[in-house]
Amino acid sequence: MPANQATNPLKTIKNTRMTGKIGAEQRREERAFWLFISPWAIGFICFVGGPMVASLVLSFTSYNVIDPPQWVGLDNYLGLAKDNLFYQSLKVTGLYVLLAVPFTILVSLLLAILLNLKVRGQPFFRTFFYAPTVVSGVSIAFLWSWLLNPDFGVVNSVIYDLFGVRGPGWFTSTSWVVPSFVLMRLTALGSTIIIFLASLQSLPDELSEAASIDGAGRLVRFFKITVPLISPVILFNTIVTLINSFQIFTEAYVITKGGPEWGSYFYILYLFDTAFAQFRMGYASAQAWILFVIIFVLTMLSLWVSRKMVHYEYDNRP
Amino acid sequence: MNRGFSSIWTRKTYRVGDLSPLEKGIVYLILTGCLFIFAFPLVWMISTSLKTLGEIHQFPQTWIPSPPQWVNFKQVFQDAPFGNYLSNTVGYTLVTVFSTVFASSMVAFAFARLRARGKTALFAIVLSTMMIPYEVVMIPQYLIFSKLEWLDTYLPLIIPSFAGSAFLIFLLRQFYLGISRELDEAVKIDGGGYFILYFRMILPLSVPAMVTAAILEFMYRWKDLMGPLIYLSTQTKYPLSLGLANFTAAYGQTPWNLLMAASLMAVIPPLILFFLLQKYFIRGIVISGSKG
Repeated sequence: MPANQATNPLKTIKNTRMTGKIGAEQRREERAFWLFISPWAIGFICFVGGPMVASLVLSFTSYNVIDPPQWVGLDNYLGLAKDNLFYQSLKVTGLYVLLAVPFTILVSLLLAILLNLKVRGQPFFRTFFYAPTVVSGVSIAFLWSWLLNPDFGVVNSVIYDLFGVRGPGWFTSTSWVVPSFVLMRLTALGSTIIIFLASLQSLPDELSEAASIDGAGRLVRFFKITVPLISPVILFNTIVTLINSFQIFTEAYVITKGGPEWGSYFYILYLFDTAFAQFRMGYASAQAWILFVIIFVLTMLSLWVSRKMVHYEYDNRP
Repeated sequence: MNRGFSSIWTRKTYRVGDLSPLEKGIVYLILTGCLFIFAFPLVWMISTSLKTLGEIHQFPQTWIPSPPQWVNFKQVFQDAPFGNYLSNTVGYTLVTVFSTVFASSMVAFAFARLRARGKTALFAIVLSTMMIPYEVVMIPQYLIFSKLEWLDTYLPLIIPSFAGSAFLIFLLRQFYLGISRELDEAVKIDGGGYFILYFRMILPLSVPAMVTAAILEFMYRWKDLMGPLIYLSTQTKYPLSLGLANFTAAYGQTPWNLLMAASLMAVIPPLILFFLLQKYFIRGIVISGSKG
């Protein structure tokens, strides 16, 4: 709009002549703007911005809630650098993220493609593929710990019936516990599937058709046309999944409480224990900030790496 | 484009969506297989919830419980204050959904329709708060609420919801941007202010978007465990998520049949809501992903 005004001299003159009045109206609009966003603004200061600064400050103190906080400098961070349990929690969380992110993206993209094909009963399939995501939480965590129960679980009994071998220990085995959580996560992919599906449906048919006239097969068309076109959505889903995976808590809290032998002691579980079982608020704040930095750096890294790989159909970056 | 030329592009033989019968068969096979994997756990949940503890540990395992133990559902209410859990969850969810959606809609309206200096920067802050893990602000929030002596009440969970949610603000803003600006002018000509514009025009027009936002918020609140876990300590005040998580604490051996009966009761309300209102629900997810 400003560019438009500048090119129209008549309008510019008119505007300068009426500055007083426009200024008053603009002030009125601006007042209304601040009034309308005040719930968010107050909430941001009290519950987000303020607490973020507070937790950064707390991370340099020792604080047990009862006695006043004591400044300890970098002690919390130095302590974490020597904390084996901290490394263990980073290790299992890292493993979970490393498995969960690629599988989530691949499986949901595959399912979205299948759900995008013109087959009968498509709305029915879409609804039922989404349903598990709606109910994920404590109930579904219990359900999975029952399904994957090594002795009485139905999954192992099916494995025994089909192959005649004893199934793995799932949540009770140190080597299987993280993959079990990944498996559980892969049955609740609703949101990522729907987002992929929407992006697939917004693709123009012409490009793919042109390529098929030129003799390109289905696979070639998929990798050379579809994937580049939906690459911004792949990036979006990857980042969202990455952030969510680092914060895995409910499932582990319900099923394993971090066991066996700290094999599923995810980062947030450790943070939760430090803060609300041991009331070491300073140490826990340091943990929280390290997590924030990790997530922030990884998000920025994926944005940076994808600069060359992501294709924007309409370049609307400034 | 030349008319005759363009007809080539739309000729039936080149349609991308068309599949050969064999390909269709394979697609059906994969879809049905996945459907089985997704639906099977829920069916097993229902089956287990109607068995006796003896039948659960029986081999080979049975699919249809005989006779079905409907008494399990009654037992759950006797062993734990499940009625309390249910009413707590419903009350807490209704209040927070209402406050979050209403506050988010006001903020979204301002970002979509009103001009102000620094608006773009402020909106960038709104979006960036979505990236902050809750754990970073959790501890100071807890300390604030413990100083206010609000622990073991629902206030620490309800009060922050009056600030709206960054995600819903984004969602509703996208919707408000799509409403014609002519309305704004019409209201202004009639001498109405911004509040009249919002309450009389935008709010009634945005009911579908508000429903979408409300469902997404409902699903989040209904399942949330971390918040109640931190703030609530009296058992009768628990919501379903927390009550369920502590359900087995009273037993020596896990009563899988009762646990499945309790879990089933916790998932039925959101499932029904989803099946009734899935159109709105899916639209909300789609808008959230469209900024990528």
